[in-house]
Parts: sequence; structure tokens; C-alpha cells
Amino acid sequence: MEFFRFKHDIPFMSWGKYTTTISLATFIVAVFFLITKGLNLGVDFTGGTVMEVGYTQSADLNRVRGTLAKIGMSDASVQNFGTSSDVLIRLPAKPEVSSAQLSEIVMSALRQDDNTVEMRRVEFVGPQVGEELVENGALALLVVSLGIIAYLAFRFEWKFGVAAIIANLHDVVIILGFFAFFQWEFSLTVLAAVLAILGYSVNESVVVFDRIRENFRKMRKASVAQVIDNAITRTMSRTIITHGCTQMAVCSMLFFGGEALHYFALALTIGILFGIYSAVLVASPIVMLLGVSREDLVKIEKKEKEAEALP
Amino acid sequence: MNRYPLWKYLIVVGSVLLGLLYTLPNFYGESPAVQISPARTADKADTLLLARVEDTLRENNVPVNGIFLEAVGIKVRFEDTDTQLKAKDILQSALGNKYVVALNLLSDSPQWLTDISALPMYLGLDLRGGVHFLLQVDMKGALSKSLDRYSADIRGSLREEKIRYKGLGREGSQIIVKFRNAELRTKASDEIKKNYDDLNLREQDIEDEFHLVVTLKKEALKRMKDSAVQQNITTLRNRVNELGVAEPIIQQAGADRVVVQLPGVQDTAKAKDILGRTATLELRMVDEEHDVSSALRGQGNFDSELYTERGGGPLLVKKQVMLTGDRINDAQPGFDNNNQPAVHINLDSNGSRIFKQLTRDNVGKRMAILLIEKNQKEVITAPVIREEIPGGRVQITGNMTTVEARDIALLLRAGALAAPMDIIEERTVGPSLGAENIDRGFNSTLFGFAAIAIFMTIYYLIFGFISVTALGVNLLLLIGLLSILQATLTLPGMAAIALTIGMAIDANVLINERIRDELRNGVTPQAAINVGYERAFGTILDANITTLIAGIALFAFGSGPVKGFAVVLCLGILTSMFSAVMVSRAIVNQLYGRRRKLEHVPIGQVWRPTSDKR
Repeated sequence: MEFFRFKHDIPFMSWGKYTTTISLATFIVAVFFLITKGLNLGVDFTGGTVMEVGYTQSADLNRVRGTLAKIGMSDASVQNFGTSSDVLIRLPAKPEVSSAQLSEIVMSALRQDDNTVEMRRVEFVGPQVGEELVENGALALLVVSLGIIAYLAFRFEWKFGVAAIIANLHDVVIILGFFAFFQWEFSLTVLAAVLAILGYSVNESVVVFDRIRENFRKMRKASVAQVIDNAITRTMSRTIITHGCTQMAVCSMLFFGGEALHYFALALTIGILFGIYSAVLVASPIVMLLGVSREDLVKIEKKEKEAEALP
Repeated sequence: MNRYPLWKYLIVVGSVLLGLLYTLPNFYGESPAVQISPARTADKADTLLLARVEDTLRENNVPVNGIFLEAVGIKVRFEDTDTQLKAKDILQSALGNKYVVALNLLSDSPQWLTDISALPMYLGLDLRGGVHFLLQVDMKGALSKSLDRYSADIRGSLREEKIRYKGLGREGSQIIVKFRNAELRTKASDEIKKNYDDLNLREQDIEDEFHLVVTLKKEALKRMKDSAVQQNITTLRNRVNELGVAEPIIQQAGADRVVVQLPGVQDTAKAKDILGRTATLELRMVDEEHDVSSALRGQGNFDSELYTERGGGPLLVKKQVMLTGDRINDAQPGFDNNNQPAVHINLDSNGSRIFKQLTRDNVGKRMAILLIEKNQKEVITAPVIREEIPGGRVQITGNMTTVEARDIALLLRAGALAAPMDIIEERTVGPSLGAENIDRGFNSTLFGFAAIAIFMTIYYLIFGFISVTALGVNLLLLIGLLSILQATLTLPGMAAIALTIGMAIDANVLINERIRDELRNGVTPQAAINVGYERAFGTILDANITTLIAGIALFAFGSGPVKGFAVVLCLGILTSMFSAVMVSRAIVNQLYGRRRKLEHVPIGQVWRPTSDKR
């Protein structure tokens, strides 16, 4: 079986104008939603208390709300979590109540109302911890970006490093845009997914760049655009199949991983889809835009040849 | 050209066998067990204790499935949870509170596996259920506590030397001693300098008062902070022992934080209560020189404070602390002669000496016993001292219930916290959710793997099947490695396993596509396989290193669950590089490498463009 049968190289580079416009447009839309709607930050970052409780039967959310209102927590958000018998309660941070005891108060009130209720999970994050997590998250993003640029600059050329990281940060912004638009909860695990995607989609750019380098060596007479087009076309099959496989694993997580992994898998899905797009249609045009030339890779080429000489 | 030297095959076979061996313990289930360990870290579980446990269980006819003496304590395995609970109660009452008897789960893997330290993966709290706390030590509280102690000491020293002072008190982070004239101050300053190395002294004249400002030296401050955290950790450990948790983790995190993890604890309310309470005792004298009623009207005096006795009237208590809860060796709930609930306290030798002297010097006077909890001070009782009390045995009675007596005894016994602590992060996972999370993580991996396996085999035929085998080896090695390292496996960690499966196949797709590519260009089958593997390796390396960079950064900056994700991701990348390149190549070489004339590579259809060649 062979899915991809390209007779000619696909002229990706000549579409540069359109693809760049599309990328720019989606990017701007994503930034727009990030600014206007903002991320629905989870308790990890904002601080506060989240409780998951389970009932034996379908839970009556209004009754839960009523119980909470009775103990002065009418500002709690109550919603179903995964199944109808599981309830997620979000309690905003309250300076006057010892937040560690908050969950106990709620739990005993709920138990009084219905003693079949079962405590499934409590997460309490103090405000200062939340701030630190935001800081560390941003720092991790920065370090990953710089690390990847440095590695690609060392392995290829700085232009490739910059192009790859722009393409992938574009993915990251789009993932965040989705989370802002749908107001999906952005938690610590989602952040982990975003950073993993950053590392993962760089793979994609790397594979294409690798081919570009090889083609510069082989296709001596071709123009830069032709070289890149050929590299992309010939890696296309691999790109789709690999991402397809990764997506299968992610889908399995999406379907069987339960509510806890839902947004994690969702972030990965968006990241994988846009990862394909950006590696092919964002990273490569940027490399061209930055004016990559055969000479850029000459030095590396010599070393490569020595390596090739070995069987 | 497609042949491996023998040592490479040996590496592949060896690592697979090793992976199998260390993955094995994960397949055995767990059975309920009871763990007995000495409450004090100084004590060790020994064969004597082992014999005692065995005898106790035999006498009570509790069937035992196995009994083991380990470094952490004695573990007894049971058939079911009912027997486990019964045994726990029997053992606890037989051994007394010198030993912690905790419920635990013990792996059913055979002893020989345990002997080569092949253990099941270490599950995080989100998978096994339990409580995670991050506590912040209140350094300000620690400082004021230590300054209070210095105030008391300085007061004592000055009195001993008969140096008169107008007043002595703590203001913020300093102690201010006021004198009538400069000579007294110099005398006092010399005296303090002689006795206390850790203090800085500064003279200050305000109007006609001569002040001596006492502060803590920088290095003393640092030492104080370090020891505050250390003491709190020790205290927490004692308290956790009282809770009976099988494998608690209590460790310092950062300069002023402590992480407490209690796997399997169900009653989080009790856990939080016991951990968060900062109860200690203070023994002070009742101020009988001043008038209570004038103090009630707001005319207090510098030396004493106004309190209300539990179940009694108001009374003035001197500020000077004679004895604190640090001197308590043991505290037990009980009853006094009139059958009222009481707490029996046993002081250490130093405390006994102080108490003896205190009672001898103050016969006929009243002393107040204050319980300090969460910065709230309360006079439990203020008895009249009838005679000198030697031996360090103190009995506190007052208006308390038996439950209160038990709680007070527990808190006193578990020691005082050097500084108050706040819970700044809590993650509690109920046991049912933990079990569900394991299923979810397992299913995600299983179905992801199955889907990829089916697709790969259809698309790349035999080479696809070889890739899937390599992927299976990758999974085996990853789980084996996680088991060997005893890295904490969390739900995000399980997600990382599933994700690694999806990403690891990338390497094999790259290789297979390369081989197809070469075949398409008309290279002979053997050469195509060789070139495919060689060429793809550079790309695989580059691609994986970028993911590895992300993984390492996540590990460095992530906390808790994210760290678990990062560990598995990084390990998964390493194992996948090995299995995708070396293991799959070894299989290919074994199958095809020896054939002189390989006509066809079973890697699925290789389509060649028919018209116009490039």
C-alpha cells in the first residue's frame, strides 16, 4: 500500500504568499482571542480550591449549589465532570478562611445533605504557589525555545533554528488561541502538552531541513525553491504517517484517558495538526525568507562527506 | 552489509531480557499487608520484634501469608483486607505506641525478584490515592519564637546578676531593654555579650531612656531558619507516625518549604488537623502581685498578660516562660485521682530539673499551664503548687473531655513545631479515582499501541511488523527502566508513555520510508535497507534531541505531575532510539541480512512514477 504518489514536486514555495497570509491571519485571530478572552487558567495557576466529588446516582447540581450557598459559598462554580454522577466544584481563594480547611467544610456540608457522596479529589493551590507555577511555566517555554534554536543552529545553521522556532511558537500561540476561544481549562498538564508539542513539532521541521541539506548537496543546479519543494514533497508521506500514528495514540488518550487527560490530549491534537502545517508551510518559507543558500551549508557539508565515506 | 557483529545481538537480547525481568513485578498484583516500624528513627526493627509480631498473631489465630523483616520495618502479608484490619488492631494494642502499625499494600511478586531489587513501578499519589501537602514554614513566627526565648534568657541573666532594668520587650525583629542610666546599660551589655554569642548589641538613647537594642546575628539567623525547618520536619515525621502511614515522604523543598506525601490516607481531615496544628505548652507563674480587676479595666503592667482560665475566671500570668513543651518526653491521656480526664506528662532530665527547682521555689504560689495552638494561647489550668515535684512527672487536669485529653497528649507527644506552618498546596486523590486513573492510563496506552500496530502491519507488511515488535520492546524497556529507577509514575507519566509510543514509531516510519525511497530510486534491496537505516539515523537523532530538550526543561521547571510527565518522556525518547534503530535493525539483519540474493523487500508496495522521470 502506498498512500502518496507524487509525480512531480509540489510547488509549496510558490504558494508562500497565500500560506503566509493564512498563517498570519490565524496567528492574529489567536492573539486576538488570547487578549480579549484570555486563558481560562486552572487552579494550578490562579490559586484556589477544586474538588471532585462522586455520587452513586446522577448528581443534582442545583441541590449541590444550594448546599454550598447555605455555608456561604454561593460564588462556587458547580458543574458535572465527565459523567453525570461526578461533580466538580471550584472554590475561589478566600483570604479569610484557612483555605486548607475549606474543602473539609464543604465536604462535611455535602455529606450532611447526602451521605453517599464520596470525595474523589481535592486540589488546593495557594496564590503564591500559583504565581510560581506561572513563572516556571514561562521560564520553561523560554528555555525550550532557546535550547532548540541553539541545537538547530549548531546542527544546521542559525536560519533554520530561527525558522523552526518561529513556526513552532506559531503553533503554540494557535493552541493557546483555541484554549482562549473555547475557554477550555488551561492547567499544568496542558502546559506540559504544549511544551512537549514544541519539542515534537520541531522534529517535523528537522526532518524537512535534513532533506533540504541533503538536496543542496545532490541537486546542484536546482534553485533554492526547487530544493525545498523537493524536500517537502519527498518527506510528505513520512510526515503524514508519523503524525497519523502519534494522533492515533493521542486519540486513544482522548477516548479512554478520561476527563483528567481530556484537555491534555486536545492540546496535543491541535498541536499535531498545526505542527504538520507549520513545518511544511511556515518553517520552510521563513528559511527562504531569511535567505538560506547553498553556501550556508558548505562547511557542514564537508564534515558530512567525511562521515559518508565511512561504510 | 546487513549483518551485525555478535556483541550487538548480545546487547539487544540482553537488554530485552533485562527489560522483561524488571517489568515482571508489575504483573503480579498486590495484597493487603500491615507494616510495623518503630516510632523513633533511632530504634530499629529486629528479629526480636519479628518474633513478637509472629507470636502475637499466632496467639490471636490470625492467618498470615508471609512475614518479612526489612530495613524500614516488618511487613506482614494477609489474604484479605478483613484479616488485615483485624491484625492491625491486634498488633497496635499489643505493641503499644512505641511502634507504628500501618496499613499497606505489598507486591505479590516472588521473593527472588525482590532480592534482585526488581520492584513494581512506584505509583504517584494520583494513581494510588493519598494526600500531598506543600507546607510553608513561617519564618517570622520562628524568629519571634526564638527572640521570645532570648528575652526570657536575658531577663534571667540580668536578674541573676542583679542588674536592674526598666523594661524588656520584643519589638518586631529586635529585643529592646530599657535602663535608667548608662552604667547599668554597659554592665548589662557586657553581661549579655559574655553569655550570648549569637546576639548583636546596639546602644540607643531615646529622650532620657537608655536603650539596648538586641538583634540576632546574620549567621545565627540563618542557622535558626535551617534548624526551624529541620525541627519542623522531625516534628511532622513524629506526627505522621502517629497517623500510621506506611510509606510517608517528608522532605525539605526549597529554603523554607516542606513536602509531605501520605499515600493511602483516606481521612484527610484528620491528617490536615494533625499536621497543621502547632500545639505546645508553656509553664508560667501566675502574677499575684498585681490586681486582676485593674488589669481588666485596661491598666495592665509590663510583666504580665491577662488570660481567662478554662472554666474559670480571668487571671494575670507573668510573661516570663519557665518551661516550654520542648522539654516533654512523653504525654499520655489518662485520669486523675478524682477520675477526671487528665494528661500525664513526662519531662526530660533538663525539664525535670527546671520543674523541680520551680516547684521548690514557688510552694504556695499558682502556676499557669498554657496550651498554645495556632497562636491562640489558653490557660488550661492554674493549680497551686503544694510541694516540690521531683522526677519530672506532671499531670494536667482541667476542664477537658477524654477526647480533648487524647488530642492534647498526641500533640504534645509529637513535639512542637519550631515555627508555624501553612499548607500552601494540597492535592488529595481518593482511592477510587486513583484506581480509575490507572485503568485510564493503561487503556490509553493499550489502544494507542493496538491502533498503531494494526496500521503499521497493514502499511509496511513485514517491516511494519518488525517496527511494531521494536515498539513493543520500547514499551518493555521503558517500563523496566521506570521500575529499576523507581521513578514516580503519575497519570501524566502514563500519558507520556502513550505519547512516547506514538512518537517512537516516527523513527521506524522514517526508516521504512527511506528504504522505500531508495527502492524507488532503483537501489538493490540489501543496499536499500542499509542506506535506509544509515541515512535515517541522523534525522532520528536530530528529531529526538529537540524533544529531549523540551523534556529536560519540563523536568527542571515542572513540579509534581509535570515532573512525572517529563521523566517518562525523556526516558521514553532514550529507549525509543535504542529500540527503533538497534532492535529493529537486529531483527531485519537476522531475517534478511544473510540472504545473498534478496529479490524483494517486504515493505509494502513501492510505487514508482511511470511517466517522466525527474
